[in-house]
Amino acid sequence: MTALYAVLLYAATAVLVAGVGYRVWLYARTPAPLKIPTTPAPVTRGGVALRMLREVTLFESLFRSNLWTWAFGWLFHAGLALVLLRHLRYFVEPVPAWLAFVQPFGMWAGVAMAAGLAGLWARRFLVPRVRYISTPSDHLMIALLVVIALSGLAMTFVAHADIVKVKAFILGLLWFDWQPLPGDVLVAVHLALVAVLMLIFPFSKLLHAPGVFFSPTRNQVDDPRERRHLAPWAARLDGDR
Amino acid sequence: MAADVKAPPLRPFAEPPALVPGAMQASKPYVASAKMQEAIGFPGELTEGWEGRALDKMGELLGKYRSLRVYLDSCVHCGACTDKCHYFLGTGDPLNMPVARQDLMRSVYRRHFTLAGKLFPKLVGARDLTKDVLDQWYSYYNQCSECRRCSVFCPYGIDTAEITMAGKEIMDAAGLGQKYSNEIIGKVHRIGNNLGLPGPALADTLEGLEEDVKEETGVDVRFPLDQKGAEVLLVTPSADFFAEPHVDSLIGYAKVFHAAGVSWTLSSHASEAGNFGLFIGSYDQLRTIAMRIREAALELGVKRIVVGECGHAWRVAYSMWNTLAGIGAGGEDDFARKLQSQLDSRYKQPMHICEFTHDLIGRGALRLDREANDHRVVTFHDSCNVARASRMGDTPGGQFEIPRAIIRAVANHYVEMAPGTTHDATYCCGGGGGLLTDELLDLRVKGALPRMEALRQVADGRGVNFMATICAICKAQFTKVLPYYGFKMGMVGGVHQLVSTAIRLGEPR
Repeated sequence: MTALYAVLLYAATAVLVAGVGYRVWLYARTPAPLKIPTTPAPVTRGGVALRMLREVTLFESLFRSNLWTWAFGWLFHAGLALVLLRHLRYFVEPVPAWLAFVQPFGMWAGVAMAAGLAGLWARRFLVPRVRYISTPSDHLMIALLVVIALSGLAMTFVAHADIVKVKAFILGLLWFDWQPLPGDVLVAVHLALVAVLMLIFPFSKLLHAPGVFFSPTRNQVDDPRERRHLAPWAARLDGDR
Repeated sequence: MAADVKAPPLRPFAEPPALVPGAMQASKPYVASAKMQEAIGFPGELTEGWEGRALDKMGELLGKYRSLRVYLDSCVHCGACTDKCHYFLGTGDPLNMPVARQDLMRSVYRRHFTLAGKLFPKLVGARDLTKDVLDQWYSYYNQCSECRRCSVFCPYGIDTAEITMAGKEIMDAAGLGQKYSNEIIGKVHRIGNNLGLPGPALADTLEGLEEDVKEETGVDVRFPLDQKGAEVLLVTPSADFFAEPHVDSLIGYAKVFHAAGVSWTLSSHASEAGNFGLFIGSYDQLRTIAMRIREAALELGVKRIVVGECGHAWRVAYSMWNTLAGIGAGGEDDFARKLQSQLDSRYKQPMHICEFTHDLIGRGALRLDREANDHRVVTFHDSCNVARASRMGDTPGGQFEIPRAIIRAVANHYVEMAPGTTHDATYCCGGGGGLLTDELLDLRVKGALPRMEALRQVADGRGVNFMATICAICKAQFTKVLPYYGFKMGMVGGVHQLVSTAIRLGEPR
């Protein structure tokens, strides 16, 4: 059991890092030959950084678009961020004071995350337009996240897992000094599904996370009259004249 | 076709319509003939092996355009865009929801270019590129005006226009082109403008305009053509030369140049600001068409380049001319420097005619009689390409403020339409993106619905009787569709049409 999970988690991490890394490399390497920021757009690089920051922390465009989707989406993502932060304690020893401080917030963030997911999933059934565009993989993705969230919450609120042993297992993975995984069904389910999530990340719509930073409509500076913007393949055309 | 054209009823509350799958499946523009296709370098017909050509093109575009690659990967089907497209609001066809329109291509992308789609096509909604799929593309990529309203509301900024343009380019590479756009592109190359007006005819038209203005005002306002050494080269949509109400704005520009005492000229070589290369997503066409402006500027030795009232033309001029043809500033290569050193760097290059006029108004250089427009209660329709894909002036949002400031300076009665239908959330007129053709009239009328609703509100509530706009396509589209909604077609016109009415010539400044 321990060995199986060790291999699974190593493999999942490798696929996640290599897969997303390859995708990001691909995005970075592909040029954006024309200026296409959605205007009004910032006229400086600093302004663009701020626009991007608002977009990825506040979901500014989604807020303008649809308040329900924004509320559920933001609740889920903010919850997820705090939950991930809370999980850091399994990876560091000793636990720094700020991380200890975050723990209780992280606990309730798990609830927020599940609530956000429930809202997003409900929209896929209740709003005809969203129902029309939802594919089996959209539903499965939410289902996966819901089961991960619920199995995690169950360990916090219902049947406490032996988290000291879980931490020993994870630190063991980090230091290549394997420790036994506690024989707890919830832990097993939780970890297995997280591994699945990591495995499908680079091949699915989860790529929206790195993708947004490469979106030309959001990351370009509005200065086409002041600077000549040229992609390498387009610059070669000038030479033909 | 004309018999089937129906305007949907205005909605009392702006709620999204019920889904009507397949409602617009049959809406298709005429296919370009083999001759038209070959004239601009595309295969003439959808012959044997088109699938391969299409997929090769798709692969090529994925490597050339970051937008395409990132946007095809990033959509999470959140639904934010589903009620933002005017064609969806007007037709209820779910494939006119931006995400569904993108998915027509995304499904093929997943099948042929991603691991998940190769292994589990059903699970992720991946499809082979078959003739049926291609027919769907032809139908629905010709129901997108590339207005970018959806991209404003997408949390990742996914721009359906980028997908539509790629779709059209792939179809062109396969041998399936749209007649309206591709025929016009052929005309630009052959004759110099979209309307196919040859040089001598243009000279005649301009002479006629000089006589008309002389008769009306008693002043010798000139409309120069191919005048070497002029200060300004004016590049304007060819509709301005004779279409109504477009020509009234051309008269307005001429009066402004006259009053400002700035020498200017039109060019018979570059007698078209429009660039339909944008609509079909072809970088080559975009570039070749833009090069005409560069060539004319070099030939005529002008110091400034000013662009007339045209939405997509201003997008191309503002955002792309510097890239495509070195018209702008900041270039450090010889190609760009050649023109840069000729143009006057104290001015923005290129400049919008509204920036030009606004600047003169700010300096008190024009005599304007607002009362001359008192018979009008004016509202302003932001054109999509100006609003969401360009700028005017020095600060973001200048593209909204400057035209409005001009209107307020030349008219006493100005009214805004409802928020959420103007500025960067403006609704497309329904005729952009190469859809301004008669066989698509039903689609155009339906796509105008959200704008017509907003106009109805201010027409009934505030007495608005004139909708000003700065786009040749908007003007032509509204002239045609306004009557379907019970408005007079003469209700639409240009901002410089209002300027033309108010400006006083031949009096001391």
